[in-house]
Order: sequence, then structure tokens, then C-alpha cells
Amino acid sequence: MSSILNQFPFTEKKDTRSGFGAALTKLGETNPKVVALTADLAGSLKMNEFAKQFPDRFYQIGIAEANMMGIAAGMTIGGLIPFTGTFANFSTGRVYDQIRQSIAYSQKNVKICASHAGLTLGEDGATHQILEDIGMMRMLPNMTVICPADYNETYAATLAIAEHDGPVYLRFGRPSWPVFMDQTRFPFVLGKANVLVEGSDVTMIATGHMVWKAIEAAEILRERGVHAEVINIHTIKPLDEEAVLASVQKTGCVVTAEEHNMFGGLGEAVARVLSLNYPAPQEFIAVNDTFGESGTPTELLTKYGLDTPQMVAAAETAVRRKTTK
Amino acid sequence: MEINQLQDICNQVRRDIVRMVHGVQSGHPGGSLGCTEFLVSLYFNRLRHRAPIFSMDGLGEDLFFLSNGHISPVFYSVLARSGYFEEAELASFRKINSRLQGHPTTAEHLPGVRIASGSLGQGLSVGIGAALAKKQNGDPYLVYTLHGDGELQEGQIWEAVMYAAANQVDNLIATVDWNGQQIDGSTKEVCDLGNLPAKFQAFGWEVVHVEQGNSVEAILNGLEDCVSKTGQGKPVVLLMNTIMGHGVDFMMGSHAWHGIAPNDEQLASALAQNPETLEDY
Repeated sequence: MSSILNQFPFTEKKDTRSGFGAALTKLGETNPKVVALTADLAGSLKMNEFAKQFPDRFYQIGIAEANMMGIAAGMTIGGLIPFTGTFANFSTGRVYDQIRQSIAYSQKNVKICASHAGLTLGEDGATHQILEDIGMMRMLPNMTVICPADYNETYAATLAIAEHDGPVYLRFGRPSWPVFMDQTRFPFVLGKANVLVEGSDVTMIATGHMVWKAIEAAEILRERGVHAEVINIHTIKPLDEEAVLASVQKTGCVVTAEEHNMFGGLGEAVARVLSLNYPAPQEFIAVNDTFGESGTPTELLTKYGLDTPQMVAAAETAVRRKTTK
Repeated sequence: MEINQLQDICNQVRRDIVRMVHGVQSGHPGGSLGCTEFLVSLYFNRLRHRAPIFSMDGLGEDLFFLSNGHISPVFYSVLARSGYFEEAELASFRKINSRLQGHPTTAEHLPGVRIASGSLGQGLSVGIGAALAKKQNGDPYLVYTLHGDGELQEGQIWEAVMYAAANQVDNLIATVDWNGQQIDGSTKEVCDLGNLPAKFQAFGWEVVHVEQGNSVEAILNGLEDCVSKTGQGKPVVLLMNTIMGHGVDFMMGSHAWHGIAPNDEQLASALAQNPETLEDY
């Protein structure tokens, strides 16, 4: 039997933010309504190429994120499609009220693009490692929330949200990460989950960087005789409830995995669907209601319980709970 | 439109304001009354708009954004009297299933409203965005915003003030209802605004100061001055000294009437001071 990892060959690692930057430049060529705004983080968000090629459609706002969100909202009134770019922390918590009133409640077509999300931001530490952003954005009516898994998927998602009418929160990150989401095999369709590995014993539902960890975990589980189904949920809201239920009805248990606080994120979104439709044992791979700290991405994922071995253990626990519940 | 016609509309708008707030026993009459002359002068004389036709994108017309959303009574009255919707709908103000929410919103698709406001300090940024979109679209029309003076205590306002000057957003006219009052008392007591004209000038704005902010004539002149200063590389601000509660003697000049409704007796007195000029809704 061919190994699971062999089905996802990757020859390079890239940061997801570079997928955003490249797609933004592409949108500059293809969609004259697209404009880009940043709050003094054009380089970190990989927006420099867009700024160079389309200087008239690039807005350097300065270190003033609240103003940036308001300006973006106002721009939509003239029919523009503004993409804002700053770190996830400054894209959400710092400007929650501006997003809430001027964008979400006002139904403005703003694309809030957020890099350096989660623990894998690394050495900058807890002030910048936001772990609550998915929760905040999920709770806003009218908001779409997307967290792609790799460079390719971030590129595809960036293009897709320009075609979607309505506010979007697009979350990506800083570290180099395996590029494995082949868009011919697993195309990005907004709101549609991708089943990456089929299995019958446990469903592993992951988002963002954790999708690769889920594939690694599925490989180890397979060696131990456990067949895990791996689902990539890139669109956290609206959640592909059908895909979640179809899989869990088959496997009978689930592990959710996200680079986020265990409260408010993907895990709770999945738990809601299951409790309403098909209660099943669920294990949560997420940060245990604490702030992060400085360290390398790998060190942090391990220390906070988000690495491959912990996912394997969670899957085994979920399988065990099926028979002991 | 002649000044006496505008003054007649002001009287009717004031009647609308006190009747709306009385009808639901909630809302903000003080700031609404103080801004009546300004909003009437703007909508019936200066603003190049297409009422009753409303399109969200506002291409080819001037735009207005109310940043201090709590003075929704005057905004709704002026929108209705401009023809954006039936005057009768003013009776639904703040009631269940109404398009006239306590604070303006786009969620109910009320013609004339292009952004939600209420949480203060956000409208100047929105106005800048709309002004930048006009430049991007080659649309030569102007964008107006209105702010309370207390609202200037919000930090986002000064982010926007700095940005607009640094980026020559010169198709924007911000206006300030400088009545010196806010919920907890005078602005001097709560957090002194200091020398507002000097502050805006220091940030690089063109400043027009109207000391008689409840005189239709003075406001029209001020607005004309503002328009003449657009297109020259600087954003423009109109500072208007107004009297909170203007036109209803027992409400005038006091923060006490920021957000409370008149009783039946007070309503009768307020209406007696403002004769019906157009038909009551």
C-alpha cells in the first residue's frame, strides 16, 4: 500500500503570505477594481510587487489600522474591491469595532487579509501571536472566514475572494510550509471542504498549517492500523456541514486541529454541527486557553500540543471513546 | 432655494425631530436640533444629489456621511423631506421592524444611508475612502462628513485627519458640530478639545470657521467657502459653533437634552415654538 505522504509529494516549502502576495499581483493585472491597503507592513505581507506594478491602486495608510478599515469600507461605496494587509492581530482584535460597524454590519465588500496568524509567527511572541481571531471573525454576521493550508491554496483563495461579494477574513501565516495542495486535484472552492485522505476509523478535520500535520498524523496512524480520513477545511465560515457530517457518520469520531484557542474556532464550529445532527466523540487540537510565547514555530507547536504526535494521540483517544462512551 | 424657504424647512424638520423622539420616548433631540440648519442647508442647497433616486455607489453625485449617528432624527427627517422615502415612515423611528433604526444602518436598505454609524469616530475614515474611490473613478464630485465635537476625542479621527492631509484628499469636506456639549457635561469639563482651528491647521487642513452655526445664511456662506477650497491639495474642515437644542428654548445650550425625550407638555411647547410649514408626517 502506498504511503499517505507519497500521495502529497512536495518539493519545496513556501510561506502562505507569499501566496497571498503573488495572487494580489495577479489580481492587479486582471481586476481593475482591486486596490490594496497596508498599515506599514507591505513587505511582511508580500505586497511590494503589487505596489511596484500598480502604484495608483496601492495605499500606504501608515500605522493606523482603524483608519485603514474605515477607508477600505468607504472605498467599496465607489465600487472598488479593497484588500487590506496587516498582521492578524492588527487585522482583528485591534479593529474589531471598525470591522463590526463599518464593514460587517454595513455589508461592505472588504477583503481583510491577515498574515502572521497563530503560534507559528514564532519569535515575536504572544503580543503578536493572535489565537482568538477566527472566533472574533466567525461571530460577525455577514463575515466569511478562510484559513488556507499552503501557498497554492492561499493563492487560489486570494483570487476567489475577489469574485465573492461580501466581507471576507483571509487568515494566513509567516513560516515556510510544505506546498502540497495541488490545485488540479484539490481545487479551492469557497465554502467547500476538500477530503484529502479517505479513511473509516476517525475523521481529522484541520485548517491552515495544521492540515499538513494531519496528513503526517494520518501516515503514522495508518502504520498502526488506524485509517484516518483527513479533511481540509479552508472555509471555516460558512462551514461545509455536509462534508463534516458525511465523514463523521462514516467514521464515528473526530479530531479537529487549528492554530487557535480551543474556544471560538474550528473545533467549536464542528462540535455545533455534530451536537445538532450526529453527536460523536470529538478531540480538540488547539491552544489550551492560554497566550503563546517566543520560540521557533516547531518548538511552539510541540509545547502547546499542536504537533504531529499529539494529533496521533488525539486520534487514538477519539477512536477509543467510540467504544467506551 | 431662498433663505426663507430653507428656514421654513428647518422649522418643519425641528417639528419632525421632537415628534419622532416623543413618539418613541427615546432618541437624541439636542444634537439633532443643533444641526438642523446645517443639514437642511446642505441637502436643499449645496449637496449635488439625485433625490429621490438613490444608488449605493453614489457615482456622479456628492456624498454625505453622518459619523455621529445618534443624531439620526435630523438625518432621517432631512432625507425624507428630500424625497428619499415617505415622510410617514418617520413615525416608525426606533420601533420594531423599522428601517429607521436608532442609529443609521445600511442593513435595512433605507435610501440615503451608505454606512452604519453610531459607534463614534469611524465616519471620517469612511469619507476618506469614498473620496479616494471618487479619485480612482475619475468622479469629480465631493464627499462631506459630519462629526460631533465630543466625537473628536476618538483616536481614529486623528489617524484620519493625519492621513487625509498627508495624502492630499482634497475632495473631502469634514464638518464639525462644535456645540461644546457631550453626554457627561461640557467638552471643557469632560476632555477639553482645546484650540480646534489650530489643531486642524497644524495637521495641514484648510479650516473654515462659522461662528453662527445656526444661521442658514452663515452656513451657506461657510459651505461655499469650503467648496472653493477643494481641489487644491488639502482636505477642508468646516467648524460650526452651534447651540445644542437650538429652536426649542428649554433644550437650548444644555447637555441634559443630549439623549432624552420630551413629555407631552414639553412636546406641545416645542411645537408651539416651531410652526408647521410643510405638512406634519
